[in-house]
Amino acid sequence: MTSELLFAVTGVILFAIGAAGTILLANLLRRVLAFNIMGSGACVVLVSLAQRNGIADPVPQAMVLTGIVVAVAATGVALALTRRLHQLTGECETTSSVEHD
Amino acid sequence: MSANLRRLAVILGAATFVWLLADTLFTLPLPAVDLRPLVSANLAQSGVTHPVTAVLLNFRGFDTLLEIAVMLVALIAVLASLPGDSSRATVSDNTDDMLPAFSRTAVPLMLLYALYLLWAGAFRPGGAFQAGALLAAALALLHLARLMPAWSAPGLLLRGGLVAGFLVFLGIAAALMAGGALLQYPPAHAGMLILLIESTLAVSLALILAGLFLFVSSDGGTPK
Repeated sequence: MTSELLFAVTGVILFAIGAAGTILLANLLRRVLAFNIMGSGACVVLVSLAQRNGIADPVPQAMVLTGIVVAVAATGVALALTRRLHQLTGECETTSSVEHD
Repeated sequence: MSANLRRLAVILGAATFVWLLADTLFTLPLPAVDLRPLVSANLAQSGVTHPVTAVLLNFRGFDTLLEIAVMLVALIAVLASLPGDSSRATVSDNTDDMLPAFSRTAVPLMLLYALYLLWAGAFRPGGAFQAGALLAAALALLHLARLMPAWSAPGLLLRGGLVAGFLVFLGIAAALMAGGALLQYPPAHAGMLILLIESTLAVSLALILAGLFLFVSSDGGTPK
């Protein structure tokens, strides 16, 4: 197992952790964080798979760089909406998953 | 009980996903198309010498153009989600001396380093996005240290700064349409055009990223 594959598998595990968190967590702030972990996992997979033959490929790196910035923007929107929800209702939990711990 | 069952199902699903995808990764053949030789072969006429910057601003410049558009749309969405009645924010009383003192030292250095990153982007890791992120962090730090008030509704100058990066990029892209394709820089002027785009992009990105924090920060954040 090369180190690139180790990175890629780590990315897959991060993605799965984030996906499970996005589904399971009721608190919106935690959901946003879990969603970000999902995105980071995808970026790690993309970058590590692109350097399997030894030298890094600049094209996936540039794509991931673009993706990170877009993810920051999406996170900003999600957080602003969460904050607005908190202002209006006083809570930041989703009503659909009330059976949380 | 049903909550536990649901949790178990999701965790099992995630574990299966990891197992299947990891299994695939181990048997994945090397990509049939190798883009690296293409990038290195065309690097000389891209106007910059760092391959990632060349891909971002030249070979895949369209991605970056849309990216700054997405940032702008995100900021507009954040502004739209703010309560309309937020009063103009003021600098509140300073209770902590450490953070302002640190900020007064750190922010000029951050400014300098952002300029360096912008300049370095042409030939080593760096560029508009890193510089913009650093500038935005400096603005956020100034606000957290209570040296700068949060932003209320943007005035004409701030609006201009927010859209400058996108408009300059779009203007150059449109002007180059005459040459055949969108964002096909003439090799002789590519370096100059990329520097112009990157400089305005860095300013706009810094304002947009800082705005995502500073516009939201102005409304107090307490439930009604």
